[in-house]
Amino acid sequence: MKLLYFAWLKTKTGIAEEEVTPPPEVATVAELLAWLQTRGPGYADALADLSALRVAVNQEYAKPGDPVGSGDEVALFPPVTGG
Amino acid sequence: MIRVQQDDFDVGAEIAALSAGNHAVGGVAVFIGVVRDLAGAAAIGAMTLEHYPGMTESMLERIEAEAKDRWPLEASLIIHRYGRLEPGERIVLVATASAHRQAAFEACEFLVDWLKTKAPFWKLEESAAGAKWVEARVSDDQAAARWHAPSGARDSDAAE
Repeated sequence: MKLLYFAWLKTKTGIAEEEVTPPPEVATVAELLAWLQTRGPGYADALADLSALRVAVNQEYAKPGDPVGSGDEVALFPPVTGG
Repeated sequence: MIRVQQDDFDVGAEIAALSAGNHAVGGVAVFIGVVRDLAGAAAIGAMTLEHYPGMTESMLERIEAEAKDRWPLEASLIIHRYGRLEPGERIVLVATASAHRQAAFEACEFLVDWLKTKAPFWKLEESAAGAKWVEARVSDDQAAARWHAPSGARDSDAAE
C-alpha cells in the first residue's frame, strides 16, 4: 500500500510518501488510521485529531468505513484551502 | 477545460480563446483569485500552494462536468496555479461562457465555491512569524453547501 502525506501531515510525519504493509486485520480507512497512530511519535502527533484529517483512496475522497487494500494509494491531508 | 500549472496565465488571451468562433456565446463570467498581502493581522511575504497531482486534475474535471450538467454552458475554463506565489500574483482563473448572463454568473460562482472545498490544494503562508498552513474556513464550506441539489446530483460529501 502506498501512503501519501500532504501539507502539515507531511511536516509532522516527516515524509511525503512511503510503502507500507499493514497487518492483515487492517481492512478499512478507520483501521488504517488507528494502526498508523501506533507507528511512532510523529504519526501519533499528525493523527492526533482525526476530525482535522481527510483521506483519499485511489484519489477519491473516502469515509472511515471504506475498504483499503494492499494495492491502494491512500492519501492523508488536512481540509483543502485552494482557490 | 482545466489546467494545473506553475506558470502565470494571460487573462485576456484565455478569455478571448474561450468563446472564439462560438457565436452562441452571449456572455462570459470570470473570477480571478489573487494572493493578498494580509492574513488576519499578519503581513504575508508569499505563499506556497501544494497540491495532489492526479487527484487535483480529476476533481477539477468532475467539478467542471457538474457545472455543465447544471447550467447550459457553451464553454468553461479553470486554471489553478501551484508553487510559490507573491502578493499580487494570480492564483486561479475560472471562466464560464453561456448564451445568457445568469447561467454564466451562477456557474462561475459554483465552480469557485466547489473547487475551494473539494480540489486538493493547500496554502502555506510565509510571514515574519514563520510559515503557517492556512486553515479551512467554515464560511467556505457553507458557500459550497448552498449548491447541493436536493436530488444530490454528483456526490462528494466526504469533502465537507
